[in-house]
Amino acid sequence: MPSQLPQDPIIRQLVMQARQSQLSRRHLLQGAGIGATALALAACAPAGSSGPKPVADTSDSDKTLTWSNWPAYIDEDADGNYPTLVAFEDQTGIKVEYKIDIDDNNTYYGTIKDQLALGQATGADTFCLTDWMIARLIRFGYVQDLDAANIPNKKNLAPALLNPDYDPGRAKSLPWQNGFAGLAWNTEQVPGGLREVNDLWDPKLKGKVTVLSEMRDTMGLILLSQGVDISKADWGTDEFAAAIAVLEKQVQDGQISGIKGNEYMQDFVSGDAIAAIAWSGDITVLNAEAGYEKWKFALPASGGTLWGDVFVVPMGSPRKKNAETLMNYYYEPEVAAEVAAWVNYITPVVGAQAVAAEKYPEIADNQLIFPSEETLSNAHIFRGLDSADDQAFNAEFQRVQLGA
Amino acid sequence: MAFAALGSATGTADRTPLKTSRVAMLLLLPGLAYLLLFFLTPLVSLVVTSVEQPVPFGDVGQFQLAFNLQNYAEIGLHYLPHFARAGLFAILATFFALLISYPLAYFIGVKARRWPALQAVLLTLVIAPFFVSFLLRTLAWKAIMSDDSTLVSVLRSLSILPSDGHLTGTWFSVVFGLTYNFIPFMTLPIYASLERLDLRYLEAGSDLYASPASTFWRVTVPLSAPGIVSGTLLTFIPASGDYINASSSFLGSVQTQMIGNVIQSKFLETEQYPTAAAMSVALMAVIVVLVAGYVATTGTEDLL
Repeated sequence: MPSQLPQDPIIRQLVMQARQSQLSRRHLLQGAGIGATALALAACAPAGSSGPKPVADTSDSDKTLTWSNWPAYIDEDADGNYPTLVAFEDQTGIKVEYKIDIDDNNTYYGTIKDQLALGQATGADTFCLTDWMIARLIRFGYVQDLDAANIPNKKNLAPALLNPDYDPGRAKSLPWQNGFAGLAWNTEQVPGGLREVNDLWDPKLKGKVTVLSEMRDTMGLILLSQGVDISKADWGTDEFAAAIAVLEKQVQDGQISGIKGNEYMQDFVSGDAIAAIAWSGDITVLNAEAGYEKWKFALPASGGTLWGDVFVVPMGSPRKKNAETLMNYYYEPEVAAEVAAWVNYITPVVGAQAVAAEKYPEIADNQLIFPSEETLSNAHIFRGLDSADDQAFNAEFQRVQLGA
Repeated sequence: MAFAALGSATGTADRTPLKTSRVAMLLLLPGLAYLLLFFLTPLVSLVVTSVEQPVPFGDVGQFQLAFNLQNYAEIGLHYLPHFARAGLFAILATFFALLISYPLAYFIGVKARRWPALQAVLLTLVIAPFFVSFLLRTLAWKAIMSDDSTLVSVLRSLSILPSDGHLTGTWFSVVFGLTYNFIPFMTLPIYASLERLDLRYLEAGSDLYASPASTFWRVTVPLSAPGIVSGTLLTFIPASGDYINASSSFLGSVQTQMIGNVIQSKFLETEQYPTAAAMSVALMAVIVVLVAGYVATTGTEDLL
């Protein structure tokens, strides 16, 4: 103690607060930079080890939850309600606001990163982003530890997904869905279908092709078509440059009309795009809306990518327990099967296939939902990139997107 | 009412105050504080950021203080076309907006004077689009111009558009979107200056044997010049930094990206703050020079 504290309880309290805030201010300066530049940097620099701390959990008194997710990513009925979510609300009394406001990992991260770095509320108590982005959030210390005791159904998690290198044992994250990126086409306009990535460059499709703004999916497919095994560590800048050259040429020639996030679905509906590098489940949803099998999805012969979207709870959320209750609910095999039957993505929940075989026989053999070993052998996980490669590859990919 | 103020050219009151009162200085303080906090501080931060360099072996979005002019060099290396496109699109949009807005403002401000109710209705109609989000309106245009739309199929069957031609994602749709979105900003200041146009000047013109055309060019246009100048500035400046219309999600495509799209994408998607900041600073500098030149040639004394 530097000096005796005053006797008066109120003044004593104030002095203690002042000392605390001094400490934390110094802390902040250390994290963000030095001296005067801290002000300029505070908004940009991730705070590193002295990063945000979890806020107090008020879940027991505050029965609400906000969940941000991607489009067409949860079961939906004709009235626009989410049946599994309604059942969850009835069961637990937790009122869930389900926001469909994620279109692209980078864009969503760009929108909330300052709040994440400061440990403030981001507008969502939990959200599902793709594993490479989750790896970044965990590396930066932006997300809370999950309490396994509140998620007993975690035992249903597919063992292959339990120990990713970014979060061994899934202490801070839990998968929502996995899926493929592959080729999709309009069966009326492209009756012959697509088998290879190169089929997208057919002059007949000129200006009617979109590819995903998700670098790992679009570049992953092109790399695979050039014979690169994207899951191995034996490739790098040269292979990437060769693949970027293909993308750049097709963009410059006007063959590719757009590099987009989930928005490509609107282009499919409006007719602006008839062939695409797309995500597996979206096509089923579009077909359900059209009422018949207007579009088709397939993995290219040279292979597709396999990715996973993962739940996390940001430091600024005071409703972590509610989020854990939600995760636990979606790890019930019955619920997981119901979601899978609608979203058509690969569920991470063991036991869902058995339920589906009984209740939704039409999907139990669907390779896009319950893939066999053979299907999985044609789907590849994009290898983890070190920070330098990650930034260099993204910068290149973005340069092509901007037509520079 | 801000528009009326921008367009006003009344110079009857004596503009030089006799003495600087202390109250006036005090009243100025909130404005100064506002400028300092919300303009100067971010500007300094932006300029500082624009010369930062990546932290060696750092993670995504980590930069440190430096004097790294390489960020500015990158503009010349890759992004000059985007600058040029931004300038060209903004000039085209300003031109077309003026072409559409002037007759509109003239009708509302001069011809409709006899019917104040009609004038009010027309003005409301000009402002009405503001009640719907700018993004939604632009998305609606995207749907109207999409490949399977009625508009495109009619244009194709009339051979105005080739059978595989598109409207969305072209220069046309981007300039169209910019023009459409900025028409109210052009119309209102011109209206404000035309609304005060003294019709007796026009009568005097015809009494002096000037043709209607020459009266228009030599009387009406100079008298509405303050409105035209404010309108073109209010259109050109935001249009040149716009990143909505030209974005692939709205009316643009890879081929139509403007400098605003580059800045947006570098700030929010790949976290390359220094280059994004360098581009913002450069864009600001270019606009300041252009606008200063424009205002100097059109004459400031009528404006202020």
